[in-house]
Amino acid sequence: MQELINSLTDGFLLGFVYGLAAMGLSLIWGVMSVINLAHGPVITVGMLTTYLLFVHFGLNPYLAMIIVAAVGLALGLLIYIIAVHRVISAPHLSSLLATFAVNMIILGIFNAIFGGDQNNISYSLGSLSIGFVNITYSRLLAALGAVLFTAFLYLFLYFTRPGKAIRAVANNREAAELMGIPSVQVLALTFGLGSLLAAVAGSLISTIFPFTIFSGGPYELKSFVICVLGGLGNPLGALLGGLILGLMEGLIPMWMPTSWVPVVEFGLFVFVLVVKPTGLLGAK
Amino acid sequence: MRSLTGKLVLSVLVGSLVLLGCGKQEAPKTKAQKPQAEKPAAATPAAQKAPEAPGTKTVIIGFTASKSGKLKTEGERQINGVDLWIEQVNAKGGVKLADGTTVKFAAKSYDDESNKDRVQELYTRLINNDKADFLISPYSSGLADASAVIAQQYNKIMITTGAASDSTYKKGYTLIYQAYTPASRYLTGAVDMLGKLAPGAKKIAIIHEKDKFSSDVVNALKAYAISKGYEVVLFEGYDKDTTDFAAFINKIPPGTDAIMGGGHFADTSTLTKQLYEKKVNSKMIAFLVAPPEPKFAELGDACVCVIGPSQWEPGVKYSPEAAKAAGVPWFGPTVEQFDQSYKQKYNEDPSYHSAGGYAAGMIIQAAIEKAGSIDTDKVKKALDEMNLMSFYGDIKFDTSKDNHGLQMGHEMVYIQWFKEPKGTFVKQIVWPASAASAKPFVCPTR
Repeated sequence: MQELINSLTDGFLLGFVYGLAAMGLSLIWGVMSVINLAHGPVITVGMLTTYLLFVHFGLNPYLAMIIVAAVGLALGLLIYIIAVHRVISAPHLSSLLATFAVNMIILGIFNAIFGGDQNNISYSLGSLSIGFVNITYSRLLAALGAVLFTAFLYLFLYFTRPGKAIRAVANNREAAELMGIPSVQVLALTFGLGSLLAAVAGSLISTIFPFTIFSGGPYELKSFVICVLGGLGNPLGALLGGLILGLMEGLIPMWMPTSWVPVVEFGLFVFVLVVKPTGLLGAK
Repeated sequence: MRSLTGKLVLSVLVGSLVLLGCGKQEAPKTKAQKPQAEKPAAATPAAQKAPEAPGTKTVIIGFTASKSGKLKTEGERQINGVDLWIEQVNAKGGVKLADGTTVKFAAKSYDDESNKDRVQELYTRLINNDKADFLISPYSSGLADASAVIAQQYNKIMITTGAASDSTYKKGYTLIYQAYTPASRYLTGAVDMLGKLAPGAKKIAIIHEKDKFSSDVVNALKAYAISKGYEVVLFEGYDKDTTDFAAFINKIPPGTDAIMGGGHFADTSTLTKQLYEKKVNSKMIAFLVAPPEPKFAELGDACVCVIGPSQWEPGVKYSPEAAKAAGVPWFGPTVEQFDQSYKQKYNEDPSYHSAGGYAAGMIIQAAIEKAGSIDTDKVKKALDEMNLMSFYGDIKFDTSKDNHGLQMGHEMVYIQWFKEPKGTFVKQIVWPASAASAKPFVCPTR
């Protein structure tokens, strides 16, 4: 029982962070139908920025998140302008390959500068004990951070003009353009926002686990599973999918060796694609 | 929707391929490098050969070193040890052979990036292109095992260091000699210590990395613990890149008396940190590799009470007097001399990886001195007959057909981390009792 509750809590809290990472992917997908294969390296950018700010400037990793968000947004805009904008109306394989190229470029640069060593933000906050349940503060704060950024995304999308423009473009790009919405700027902003979410998720992950420059990759794959699980193009579905995946990661190792976790996760991915391709909250 | 689904599957496949690529690429830098462009590591000062005077010969010591990748910390310390040995032996005029030739040593090394495939390619290059006379293994059992095949194949003597796995010496090799105490004897002493420290203890949980070395250690540990009447309540391995240990920690049953296992530095220090954050209580925590590293103190309070087996510590009590009492010859510098010269050169405390690197070079030196030659057969004979004590401890090799080259003389010591009243963290030798600098203690409640 004790093991079950501890595992569920750990998985649940981590699920929020997974959800946040997937939300970025889902947003870009939902608005511009681009499968962003540079999502993983952007997550790594978030991790590395937090790490470098902590190590070189002694900046608290949770405060660093604001800078990380700005870096993520700027990087997203840059990627959009350089690699995505020209191919956005081309066949989907073009944008897939373009973002894949960005992925390889970013990883190549990181490898040249930082190498493949493990980095660790040694900022321990201890843990909170409630009875036999033990929750590390780093997980708790990461979950809280993820919830805050989710709330920020929703407020932005529903209560601001640029947010409404994003939703309009997602709904019908041509109609939005006819209404005078500058769709290019809106698409660039969307890509920036998606990258912002990925970078912040990376930053939150780096406060819990050590990482290498390749650590963003597994989270990108998890994001795909989550997007399918929660529903394509639905950010709230992504959060829900993240929570489900987090819980599964907590639960599966209780009955089988942890090496089986990815097998079950990707098994679920295929199962959802076959049985309910729209996901739990997917658009029809 | 269907086309989107198709794209999704395609993208996941592409993503998986990228990741698969990343999984093996402890260093993708390699892929861009052409073998011709390879340059010996410039960082090795001893590699810069002076012009040879008549009657002198430079012996090339070839090795690869993990200067990047996950084994960087341990690998670099090992090279420091080898470099220090070369500097000192050359400063003393080298080794005089029976025919009057003076032998000096030079290192030739490459960065293996902690990558097994690279190791075999680079050792072949060291032997064929760089004409290495003797070889020292890279750090870690997996890499050493990969390099041993090449050494034996090309009839070169290799001293393995930083490599404790037993299995390499069961393959019928005749030229591979182990400087480390083998893995099968790595953590068994911790079980003996648990018996003395907490006589009522019954349950042991073992969490370990699923690599060759750690698996060898914990399999021997498990068998030994069961033979001593302990119950192994958890026995599970983790993949080498694991950073989230929550699933393993949550599986540790309440009432577990000791947590043992671990793997290498990066994963074991993360596991130790997460055990502390999750306030897991047990009477003893004993892990591989990481605890004896001075860098382990950076974990802060999480390192307190953690025990680790060490091949060597600056506080060990090997001395020329002890050698005399044991009836074996003494060779090389004393513990204090090694400790001081290492600190002077590198401005840090030597770890057992550093001592192992130095010892590997020293073993070659001792064998050449005894053989009076650098001929492979003569040096091999000297190694087979070697039985000496040094700052590093006893050195004697198994010469039986089944375990040729396995280290028989050297013994482990166990260290434990203490918190001093002023808030700093220090490690002390706590086991065996005869070598201890402090008494071991039961882990405090977290």
